[in-house]
Amino acid sequence: MTNEKTIREPLFHISKRAPLSKGQVALIYLSAVVIALILSGFVCTLLFGANPFAALVGIFEGNFGTDSRIWWLLRDASLLLLVSLALAPAFRMKFWNLGGNGQIIMGALACYACMHYAYGQIPNVIMYILMITTSVGVGILWAIIPAVFKAKWNTNETLFTLMMNYIAMGLVNYATSKWSLQQTGKLEPINGAKLPEIGNKYILIILIAVAVTVFMFFYLKKSKHGFEVALVGESVNTARYVGINVKKTVIRTVLLSGAICGIVGLLFCGVVDGNVYEDTPQNMGFTAIMAVWFAQCNPLIMIISSFGIIFLSRGINHYQKNVLKLTNSAVSDMIVGFVYFIILCCEFFVVYKLQTRRNKRNFGFKDISEQIAGKGDGKPTAVEKEERNEGGNK
Amino acid sequence: MKKLLTLLVAAIMAVACCLGLTACGKKGISKDELKVGLICLHDETSTYDKNFIDAFKAACANKGIKEDNIYIRTNIAEGAACYDNAADLVDLGCQLIFADSFGHEPYMIQAAKEFKDVQFCHATGVKAHTEKLDNYHNAFASIYEGRYLAGYAAGLKLNTMTDKAVDNNFKVGYVGAFPYAEVKSGYTSWFLGLRAALADGYTATMDVTFTNSWYDFEAEGTAANTLISCGCVLISQHADSMGAPNACEAAGVPNVSYNGSTASACPNTFIVSSRINWVPYYEYCIDQMVGGDAIATDYTGTLGSTIYTGSVCLTELGDAAAEGTAAKLEEVATALKNGSIKVFDCAKFTKDGAAVDTYLADVDDDGTYQGETQVIKTENGIKFFSESEYRSAPYFDIDIDGITIF
Repeated sequence: MTNEKTIREPLFHISKRAPLSKGQVALIYLSAVVIALILSGFVCTLLFGANPFAALVGIFEGNFGTDSRIWWLLRDASLLLLVSLALAPAFRMKFWNLGGNGQIIMGALACYACMHYAYGQIPNVIMYILMITTSVGVGILWAIIPAVFKAKWNTNETLFTLMMNYIAMGLVNYATSKWSLQQTGKLEPINGAKLPEIGNKYILIILIAVAVTVFMFFYLKKSKHGFEVALVGESVNTARYVGINVKKTVIRTVLLSGAICGIVGLLFCGVVDGNVYEDTPQNMGFTAIMAVWFAQCNPLIMIISSFGIIFLSRGINHYQKNVLKLTNSAVSDMIVGFVYFIILCCEFFVVYKLQTRRNKRNFGFKDISEQIAGKGDGKPTAVEKEERNEGGNK
Repeated sequence: MKKLLTLLVAAIMAVACCLGLTACGKKGISKDELKVGLICLHDETSTYDKNFIDAFKAACANKGIKEDNIYIRTNIAEGAACYDNAADLVDLGCQLIFADSFGHEPYMIQAAKEFKDVQFCHATGVKAHTEKLDNYHNAFASIYEGRYLAGYAAGLKLNTMTDKAVDNNFKVGYVGAFPYAEVKSGYTSWFLGLRAALADGYTATMDVTFTNSWYDFEAEGTAANTLISCGCVLISQHADSMGAPNACEAAGVPNVSYNGSTASACPNTFIVSSRINWVPYYEYCIDQMVGGDAIATDYTGTLGSTIYTGSVCLTELGDAAAEGTAAKLEEVATALKNGSIKVFDCAKFTKDGAAVDTYLADVDDDGTYQGETQVIKTENGIKFFSESEYRSAPYFDIDIDGITIF
């Protein structure tokens, strides 16, 4: 009579990984992107019978096919990068600013108001200064209201900032009905009042994005403020214990967030559209969250993630409209979602590893049970040694 | 002899050159080489844009434009994205580019100024006749005639609902998007058609409410319900969602729709819908390109040979329509076409109790928002407000008696 229980091993076993080197992490993400793109190519084949590699060619064509497309790619990537840079310090502090869209709209609205009332009335230089200051100021205002509530009364900033978006959209509609004298529901672009061009229409945006990236990198990594932000994000109590004024840090950081969103609003209205409408931010306030997440709040990596997101969405868009000739955007949305999903999934593989039963047989439960039963020789296997070493590194 | 030969050759070359030049003066693009683009605000899930997309595809197929040469850009916001897409279509080689939404206009003009060899056609726009660009054109249709016919069908329906009249007066409701000339022209022509169809001894008044959005399902439904609760016995709308038709179906109130049939969703209350059919315009533009002729600065589509064809047309009548409606509508349409009925006949409406003898409409969008064009004229002994004549987009914006705006 045996008392032995059959130990049924699962086919897969998940275990935590030792921290990977930066190169390995990059490799995992890169392979995720490649796998995602190839898979989405095959999805297109399944759905439309298209050549799977045509999708890849289409994506590159959509971004690099003409000079204009390259500029548009750079412009949109710069704008998304700026929004990501705005959100990053707040996110690092675990202040979930979902109000990027609203802050951008308000910046753009303030800019449009200056253009509407001041264009032709006062010298352009003064108008430009007004446009810049009011956009930044209103962007700050829109961000700082939830921040003050958070700091003073610990209200939920996620909902608060989200709701501020809708108020901003409502204000744009109100302004539209007030300023559109023919009641068409649309405002007229004021192209004459746009900020002066440097070289061409897009260089100003790119330069600002570069400048803010450099600033944000040093601010977060090298400055005392950046350290405080990180500490508040890790643990409010520790920060307080160390003597950091948490309220001040929250408000100051979100102020910075709002100011950059205000600048983005200024660029949308004063450089790109010459106009303001509900969709002015092109939903970048939310898209940027993904860019920040992929980059783990690192400003330099955000250059890659912002660029990648715009590259993918512009490319798929081109492929859907010009190659597949579809007049329904659902497919491109689905593919983009699919790619992001795979990339986010691969974060799992950065933290954990999958082991198969076969892989484990040498050192898994059986070994341990044998050891307990005194059957094993007691010597650790090679893999166990490795695991112990890794453990030591942690 | 050599000299003579040289002279002869020179003469022949000169003549050939001249012939070549005259040929250049009118040079069409063969339909195999013609590339056409369409920029849409939404994609085909919006009924408004679907109407354009379907017409565009149909016109291209009818005219034998190659599939590869047709580009449709959907979900293009009314901002710089419109200009970007127009410029991208130019890069792809398009010679003829359309846009479908009012707010695209300034960005289409921006593109037209930059790409002078490409023709830009914008539906519902108002600026072509003042911008005076050779390659920028507006288009609309005499949709007020379609509205009039749809209103007429509503009036015929009311004649079968005399129990709903209060003191022989029918109160009807209208859900509008914005208090903008296009909407005002639409509901006024609809109301005038409705009134014209009523049996002797009956009158009608109309309540209008605005949602301040072109597409807001909730707001349109709420507006329709409010109107119904205020005693309106028949509803029509000028907004793009199914909000109002659905509310009417739920309340059992007859509905006249716009831009497409709602018969499948509202089988018991749908009477008829008027819409603009863009196929004739797209075909016209393609013909002009192929023939090397200029496209009209302002194109106004008209009623066709029957009420179901033409640029302005009606959908099939719904089950809720009164008996004999189709025949009666054909009769009225014929009268509209031969000019014996004018929609905005000054004898048929008053403003503040007085007839309108003279009216300056804001036809030129010069930023002043002041009327500058006399639009009242007399033809066949009828004095009328001449809609869509001085530009294709509607400009009738008189608040006539009998219509109450909330």
